[in-house]
Amino acid sequence: MTTKPIISVHGLTKTFGSFTAVDAISFDVAPGEIFGFLGANGAGKTTAMKMLCGLLSPTSGQARVAGFDLSTQTEDVKRRIGYMSQKFSLYEDLTVAENIQFYGGIYGLTLAEIKHKSIALATELGLTLEMNKLVRSLPLGWKQKIAFSVALLHDPAIVFLDEPTGGVDPVTRRQFWDLIYAAAHRGVTLFVTTHYMDEAEYCHRVSIMVDGAIKALDTPHALRKQFGVASMDEVFTLLARGAQRSAD
Amino acid sequence: MRTLFFLLQKEFRQILRDRIILAMILIMPTMQLILLPLAANYEVRHIGVSIVDHDRSAASQQLVRKITSTDYFNLVRYTSSYPEAFALIESNQTDVILEIPVGFERGLVRENEQSLFISTNAINGVKANIGAAYLNRIVMDFNADLRTELLSDAKGRVQPLIDVRTIDRFNPHLLYHVFMVPGILALLLTMISVYLSALNIVKEKELGTIEQINVTPITRLQFISGKLIPFWLLGFVTLTIGLLVARFVYGIVPEGNIALIYLFSGVYLTAVLGLGLLISTVAETQQQAMFVAFFFMMIFIMMGGLFTSIESMPQWAQWLTYLNPVRYIIEVMRLVILKGAGFSEIRFHFLVIAGMAILLNSWAVLKYRKMA
Repeated sequence: MTTKPIISVHGLTKTFGSFTAVDAISFDVAPGEIFGFLGANGAGKTTAMKMLCGLLSPTSGQARVAGFDLSTQTEDVKRRIGYMSQKFSLYEDLTVAENIQFYGGIYGLTLAEIKHKSIALATELGLTLEMNKLVRSLPLGWKQKIAFSVALLHDPAIVFLDEPTGGVDPVTRRQFWDLIYAAAHRGVTLFVTTHYMDEAEYCHRVSIMVDGAIKALDTPHALRKQFGVASMDEVFTLLARGAQRSAD
Repeated sequence: MRTLFFLLQKEFRQILRDRIILAMILIMPTMQLILLPLAANYEVRHIGVSIVDHDRSAASQQLVRKITSTDYFNLVRYTSSYPEAFALIESNQTDVILEIPVGFERGLVRENEQSLFISTNAINGVKANIGAAYLNRIVMDFNADLRTELLSDAKGRVQPLIDVRTIDRFNPHLLYHVFMVPGILALLLTMISVYLSALNIVKEKELGTIEQINVTPITRLQFISGKLIPFWLLGFVTLTIGLLVARFVYGIVPEGNIALIYLFSGVYLTAVLGLGLLISTVAETQQQAMFVAFFFMMIFIMMGGLFTSIESMPQWAQWLTYLNPVRYIIEVMRLVILKGAGFSEIRFHFLVIAGMAILLNSWAVLKYRKMA
């Protein structure tokens, strides 16, 4: 990596009482990279990601995200990142257009910008006719695509995606990854957690967390070679088998 | 400011789309204000009285007539057997027994002293107590009449008797609903505000949308204001509906300045919404929020002075009511609507509630964390 990393993590730790959820993890992510953040349930992925988004304060360690210090410049970090949580994040009782207007508005977009972005988004997703429908009435796959587009609304440097394709059919997942590639192509950094190993293959680089620590970090190709197996699925199984913690 | 505009726009869109919340704000207060003051009536009438008359004299007959001539009492049985009357209490047919002893008339005339025996069916304690009190009063009245009659006959002068006459100021006809309506309106205002605000943030927690809000650069103050202002305005809608019902259904025209009611309510709503927000920052689920809010509402209602007068509570409980915001708004509503009080008379209430508003909301803003 020749460019300056957009995410730089050193010894980031989170403890809850005597339980160490995230144990001194360190890694860098380059701008425009699709970074896969893997791990079994309870391995500490979501906790680590929440710290990087400023939703949880780290117990110790440092991190710089989008050029700002995570502990001291949290609000600056928040302006530069997008987040799509595991739980569905759009308001179901608002229409697609109203959700776009709301999230655009609170990120400081002008009404003209919001209008412009709404039209662009509707065209890109092929949702021109659905813009004034309540989000509640749309199928899950569409909601996920809209949620991702909304997370990109304010042109963030990084978007964090926490299991964005959970419960979505394979065709829609494929379409979703097309959106991720398109965003990466525009220079957005994507930080993705997933349980689907085929999705792990799509990432530029992948880290695998076991019991709160990062046990492997490389390109999918290099990881397969390192462990002498044919697929990411096998890499993951080899590493996760050593886990002491039970799934939550 | 721009951020707040978008927060408010979103909140209003959601509220106006939610039929149940709209019904809670618009229809519930109207219905309750029409229904409750008519149903919740403390005035006890038609108390079942059984009279055991062992004397059967002119004097005892006169007393019985005096009792049964009011509509406070229904004569259930006129008998000379106490066990018979007592059986009526046991079968719940009578509330009070008045026993007139043998020699009642003679005693009254000769010894100038006589005792009567009243037993009450304390299963319905309120009715029995009030029945006994009414009965006492009638007997005393009867006694006074008799003394006037007898003594003036015997010695030619009347012994002075103190006669207490009550004039009910500010509610001259002692109409129960005039007293109840402002109080119930105050309770409704409190309930709707506490519940709606408490449930609102918790709902966002449950849905997960709060996380999405927390990764944005919204400040805590913006977020809390965005939640508080819509319900604050809706509180005024409820208040206005309530005052209209009071005016057009019960004919209650506020004696005092209506602007004063709105001014005080504005501060009051801020305080109770602050409580709701505080609950929502602690509770994780809507059930938890409901239970905590319900706990406070029970205490607020029972110790607010509407259903039990604060003066009749034990001293420690009276002190506790000073912490109860409902106490203040019920007093203010009554003072301004019924008595026509001005600002100087509610200054104390105003300052206490303003203090509570500042305290609760600062606490809520501090407790609400974007970061765990």
